[in-house]
Amino acid sequence: MSAVLALLAAVATPAPYAYVQLRDPAQEAQARALMAELRCLVCQGQSIADSDADMAGDMRSLVRERIAAGEEPAAVREWLIGRYGDYVTYDPPLSAATAPLWIAPILLLGLGAWIARASLKRRRG
Amino acid sequence: MRRWLIWAPLAAFALLFAVVAAGLFRPAERVVRSGLVGKPVPEFALDPLIPGKPGLSSATLRGGEPRLVNMFASWCVPCIAEAPQLIALKRQGVRIDGVAVRDSTAALRGFLRRNGDPFDRIGDDKARAVQLALGSAGIPESFVVDGRGVIRHQHIGYIRPDDVPKLLAEIEKAR
Repeated sequence: MSAVLALLAAVATPAPYAYVQLRDPAQEAQARALMAELRCLVCQGQSIADSDADMAGDMRSLVRERIAAGEEPAAVREWLIGRYGDYVTYDPPLSAATAPLWIAPILLLGLGAWIARASLKRRRG
Repeated sequence: MRRWLIWAPLAAFALLFAVVAAGLFRPAERVVRSGLVGKPVPEFALDPLIPGKPGLSSATLRGGEPRLVNMFASWCVPCIAEAPQLIALKRQGVRIDGVAVRDSTAALRGFLRRNGDPFDRIGDDKARAVQLALGSAGIPESFVVDGRGVIRHQHIGYIRPDDVPKLLAEIEKAR
C-alpha cells in the first residue's frame, strides 16, 4: 500500500509550470501560442496545450521555463525540432516533403483557370 | 486526344487509390527518433535518487568508455520486461547508467530489488528535463554513448532478448 502511494506521489506531482501560468502576461501569451502548435509526443493527435498527459505537462513546463528565462519562442521551437524533428510541430517548415502541400493548390488553381478559359472561349465561339 | 482524356479522372482515382492503399499496408514509422544521434550529449547533472548510488551527469558520459544510458522508471511496465536483458548486457561487460524518469526513492528501490540492478549510476530526472533534452519520446529507451560523450545509437522501446546481440554490436562499434 505504501509503495503504491509512493508511486502515485512520484507520478502525480506535476512539473512546476505544467498547470501554472507565468507572472508576465506577455510571456504567458507567447508560451501559450507556442504550446498550441507543439505536438504531445505520447498522445500524437493533440497539442501539448490541449493534452492532460504527464509528458505534455512536462513539455509545457519546459516551454514556460525557457520563455520565462528570456528565450525567444522561435528558439524553443528550434530546440525541440532539433530533438524530435518537424514531427513535434503542427506548423512544419517548407521542405521537400511538405512542398506538394503548398504547390498542389497553385497547380490546381492554374489548371482550373486553363479549363475555364478553354470552355468559355468555346461557348463564345 | 479527347478520346483518351476521358480516362484521365479514372487514372487519377487509381493513382490516389494506390497511394492510400500503400499507406494502409505499409504504415509510416510511428516512433519518434531523436535528432541527437551522432551529436554530443547535452550538458546535464542529475541528483542521485538512491542513497549510496551516484547520480548521473553528462561529464561521466565522456569517461573514455562506451556506455548504455537506459531511460526507465519503476512505474513503467515494459521496463520490467527488459530488466533481464539489461542484466545480461551487464554480464557481458557493458557499463549501464540509468535515468529514472519521474520516480521516487521508495518505488525505485522496490523495482531494483524485484528486477535486479545493472546500473552503475542512476540520475533522478524529476520533470523529464533530461528525457526531453535527449529527444526521447517515451520510456523505456536506451542510448549508446561513446567514450567522448557522443550519442551513437538510440534503441526505442523495450530491449527484447534478440536485441541484446544488436546492442552489443553497437557498443563494440562505439569503442
